[in-house]
Amino acid sequence: MNKQIRKIAKKWYHIILMLGVVLMLFPFVWMLLSSFKTEQEILFVPPTFFPKSPTWNNFVSVCNRIPIFRYFINSVLVSVISTVCVLITSAFAGTVFAKYDFPYKNTLFMIILGTTMVPFECYMIPFYLMISKAGLIDTYTGIIAPLVITSFGIFLMRQQAGSIPNDLMDAARIDGCNELRVFLNVVLPLSKSALAALAIFSFMFGWAFFVWPLIITNSSELFVLEVGLTMFQNQYTVEYGPVMAGTAISVVPLIIVFMFFRRHIISGMAMSGMKS
Amino acid sequence: MPKTSTGTKFKYKIKGLERRKFRFAMAVMIPTVILYLVLRIIPILGTFYLSLHRWNLIKPYRPFIGLQNFAKIFEDKTFGVALVNTTIFTIIVVLVSVILALLLALALKKKSRIGSFYEFAYFLPFVIPMVPVSIIWKWLYDRTYGVINFVLTSMGLKAVGWLTDPDIALYSIIIMSIWKVLGYYMVLFLVGLRNIPEQYYEAAAVDGAVGWNSFRHITFPLLKRMTLYICVIATIQAFNVFTQVYVMTTGTQGAPAAAVRVLVYEIYQNGFRYFKMGYASAQVVVLFAIVMIISLLQFKFFKTEDY
Repeated sequence: MNKQIRKIAKKWYHIILMLGVVLMLFPFVWMLLSSFKTEQEILFVPPTFFPKSPTWNNFVSVCNRIPIFRYFINSVLVSVISTVCVLITSAFAGTVFAKYDFPYKNTLFMIILGTTMVPFECYMIPFYLMISKAGLIDTYTGIIAPLVITSFGIFLMRQQAGSIPNDLMDAARIDGCNELRVFLNVVLPLSKSALAALAIFSFMFGWAFFVWPLIITNSSELFVLEVGLTMFQNQYTVEYGPVMAGTAISVVPLIIVFMFFRRHIISGMAMSGMKS
Repeated sequence: MPKTSTGTKFKYKIKGLERRKFRFAMAVMIPTVILYLVLRIIPILGTFYLSLHRWNLIKPYRPFIGLQNFAKIFEDKTFGVALVNTTIFTIIVVLVSVILALLLALALKKKSRIGSFYEFAYFLPFVIPMVPVSIIWKWLYDRTYGVINFVLTSMGLKAVGWLTDPDIALYSIIIMSIWKVLGYYMVLFLVGLRNIPEQYYEAAAVDGAVGWNSFRHITFPLLKRMTLYICVIATIQAFNVFTQVYVMTTGTQGAPAAAVRVLVYEIYQNGFRYFKMGYASAQVVVLFAIVMIISLLQFKFFKTEDY
């Protein structure tokens, strides 16, 4: 009897979890299904779940109206370049903070960590004025500028480099490596997993970055996906079919990437929680 | 070190090594410091500088006006609305999402096949950027064609103007924001939970602490640090809410902008619509001060007992 009650109790909590899963996934499923519905069907009351006569029309109409693939490439460019910059700056600075001595090291590190407490929104106005003075408004450099360093990256790489034994680095020095070689041949190969986590983190951050590209880009050729999509839904707000199709184009690649790299992405993002 | 010829040679070599190491450190740190100065420190200080000036992007005359911008903030009704809205938003989002995330994490603590599926599902909304998510929800919330209202009416309830009703719009955005961040906090809690050594629970079980008692005396104290971290980032992020409000208030199907006005939106409007950069900066300073005070309070609150 007791056993049975326990079994049921166990099932009950899975039912709640499953309900949660439905709530989490439903918006995406609904968006995908809707993007294949015809203009009339999408406004049916009561709505249909599966499209009656699936059509690509919405996708065609998105591609005709906005250069969505250009937006996509812009997003890829911004995210990839900023990720590469973050990896380079964080790996070098983190290693030096962990393994080298110089005056005011700890003060400097505290200042760098302190800047994480200040969200970008809190200094975007002077940043905008600075970028505009430099003539970088409406350029890729302007979009990427705030993304080339992150304190979290330096922190993570400092932890990582700190775990590498000094003897290993000294051995490389005895073998005639200069400091740059020690960095490239000893530190980097041992930091692969941390670098991968950092890459995931900064790629996602760059991809989802919204306020700044919204402010800094005026010409449609430079819109990143997020900005382009916002403008599109703003213009065609009642045409849910094409809007959903555009959203689907922007979301499906991310879902696929997430499916394949779920473990890495989740643990990479979780690592950002370690800094406490 | 013995003063032999080899000894001095060795010392000399070390000196050369020290110099080389120092040079490498400088070659890395000087660019890093410059980048931080230009991309972080100067803009942050610049905000304070601008907040003390009447600084309009279009007008070249930009006088120092002391604290006048701040005085104006206290009379600004829309800022008051934005502050209240943002505070409501933050309190509800942080409380609900942190508690739900903790419950989820406790339920999913044991690793299993189905557990990783749950992780996938709950984490997915966090991976997808805010803009597409907001667009999807805007449609789910649509008064006439939205699927949420369809479900409500088919259950015999009245349709709700999720985004069009000024009394409800803010809460609609709150629901969607909780949905979005829940998985992230859940994963952070999972990290914290899985870091607690199993022996603690075994030892406690021997002493008779199971269920609620083991949660209260083992899990909760050991999870404090992670809870503090989650609360702090959740608060900072919630106070800086912008994207979902921006997307959901644009266009004819969107929410009335005044009803869901939040601080960053207000700052964005003043700074980049009306080009009142000085005034907007003063608002930023206020926002920043509030976030800082709340974060410090959270540190205090969680530090009542040592660990």
